[in-house]
Amino acid sequence: MFLARLRHVSKNYQMGEVSVQALKDIELEIEKQSFVSFIGPSGSGKTTLLNLIGCLDKPSSGEIFVNGTLVNTFSNKEAARFRGQHIGFIFQNFNLLPVLTVYENVEYPLIMVQNIPAVQRKDRIMHYLEAVGIVDQKDKYPSQLSGGQKQRVAVARALVTDPKLVLADEPTANLDHVSAFKIIELMRQMQRDFKTTFIFSTHDPKIVKEAEIIYTLEDGKIVDKEVVAA
Amino acid sequence: MKNIFKIAFRNLFRYKRRTLMTSLLIVFGVVLVIIFSGVSVSFKSMMIGSITDSMLGHLQIHKRGYVSSIDNLPLHLNIDEKGIMQLGKIFEKHKDKIEAHSYRIKLGAMLSNFIETTNIRLTAVQPQMENATCPRLTERIIGGVADPTKFVERGKIIIPENLAKGLKLKAGDEVVLVANNKDGSVNGLSMTVSNVIEGLLGPSGRDGFIHIDDAKTLLRIYGNEINEVAIRLKNPNQLDEVNELLAGELSQIKNRQNNPVFELHTWADLSPFATIATIVDLLIITVKIVLIAIVLISILNVMMMSVYERVSEIGTISAIGTLPSKVLLLFMAEGFSLGIISTIIGNIIGVLALFVINILKIHFSFGRMKDILLETSIAPSELISVSLIVIIIAVFSSLQPALKASKMQPVDALRHV
Repeated sequence: MFLARLRHVSKNYQMGEVSVQALKDIELEIEKQSFVSFIGPSGSGKTTLLNLIGCLDKPSSGEIFVNGTLVNTFSNKEAARFRGQHIGFIFQNFNLLPVLTVYENVEYPLIMVQNIPAVQRKDRIMHYLEAVGIVDQKDKYPSQLSGGQKQRVAVARALVTDPKLVLADEPTANLDHVSAFKIIELMRQMQRDFKTTFIFSTHDPKIVKEAEIIYTLEDGKIVDKEVVAA
Repeated sequence: MKNIFKIAFRNLFRYKRRTLMTSLLIVFGVVLVIIFSGVSVSFKSMMIGSITDSMLGHLQIHKRGYVSSIDNLPLHLNIDEKGIMQLGKIFEKHKDKIEAHSYRIKLGAMLSNFIETTNIRLTAVQPQMENATCPRLTERIIGGVADPTKFVERGKIIIPENLAKGLKLKAGDEVVLVANNKDGSVNGLSMTVSNVIEGLLGPSGRDGFIHIDDAKTLLRIYGNEINEVAIRLKNPNQLDEVNELLAGELSQIKNRQNNPVFELHTWADLSPFATIATIVDLLIITVKIVLIAIVLISILNVMMMSVYERVSEIGTISAIGTLPSKVLLLFMAEGFSLGIISTIIGNIIGVLALFVINILKIHFSFGRMKDILLETSIAPSELISVSLIVIIIAVFSSLQPALKASKMQPVDALRHV
């Protein structure tokens, strides 16, 4: 039923001699195939929460289940393997590999993470490039693309491994408003077409309205949950 | 692995100037080693060949105790008929490895041109055996000889160049040799100068030559006696093997006191040039150490910069599921690729440089040896060893930066600006 479940999760950071509590006793359940947004000011804990769900970091206390698996006890290698199989990522700065073409960037996880044979790779890559509408640019390098195009490639790369969950940390922060809405609309379309759960963070109140469920964070706590009417 | 190297190559050429500079430095190091090795090994081989082929032979056998007294040219440590027969059997047994041998009597005498007298060291030989054992000896004879197998005849003497100049002697001049015999008595012999011979580096390099029968007459040796046997091998590279083989055989020949009768020495034991040869080898090793340092420092520097510049990228690939071991491989592949490209280019340029040196026909002098042609060569095994040094050091020096990259926490790396 639930793709991600957090039980009494807290995260502290040591900043010199000061201990900062980034998340405080979070209780959270994310349903499968949902389109969820985290909103809050800078320092509210959005990125920290996404990092914990995405197995990029470990909580200081509490339990995190993703796709039924307890993830906070993973080693680095186990966490990397789990991410490669179950989670896709979209970054604020696109984070495409500059030495690879569009096609090769989308191909990267299939070769380096999932070891998919060449015969199967091409069809899958072309399928996702067409889905995000970037197939015409497949031989170009990231430096030759606009911000919106780069983020489309990032969406395709995130989805090409057929993850259950895609996490996007401020995916529209470096885009103009028109491009930002297009990307959010694309992600929504991908959620419907591929039955993937999307969680994205933003501090833009206009963008956040596109989500089905909105969690508002403040000072490391979830202060509000809003279910947006369909 | 193909994709790892594809990414590695593209990342190397991302910063073309830096990659080019680093590669050029490594290429320079490789070329330096190849040229130095090619020139010095060829020079060493040439000198060793000159010494063994025109003077010492590859191995020498003496009566035990002779070499330690060699400066005195003792006559009481001669090998008798029985000893010669025993040695002959050993040479026959190992004729697959021994190309030739020469029986010699080495003696000291007084040389007089009837005006002045000086001392002279002489090597008395059977010319045919000597020519087979030291085929380049006759090249040192000024003016050459018509028949190398008869380069010295009975009643003739070949005198060294320095004495010829000092006593103003030339071919055709009459001289007298006076020598002490084994029993202490003195004997003399008139000789005619047949040739003058150029000197060579090392002991015996300033010896004159007479026929072995003349030496027996002068020293009143009746019967078959010698004090030195020079041996030429079919394959000089088997020197150590044959040395060990013959040493084993000779150690079986013992006197009544159960001590070995003979002693065996290689050319290196008898020539001071062996020290120079060792120094040349050490210099080659030193140059290789310099190459190691060049490769280590340059690749380590480039890889550390590469990791630092791509921290965010490392975070990204880790985040999307690349295992730490693959991150390690990605960076090590870059170092390896840089090493292998540089070594290939360095080998090509180095071999071409040796080729050009040979075409230019450069001449040089070494000591008393004038107008020597510099001929270079390098063994394929040496090229392989230089290449392996570069590649192994390139991989080794990439290891620390690659480990650093693989151990980065993705959450920390992603925060890096």
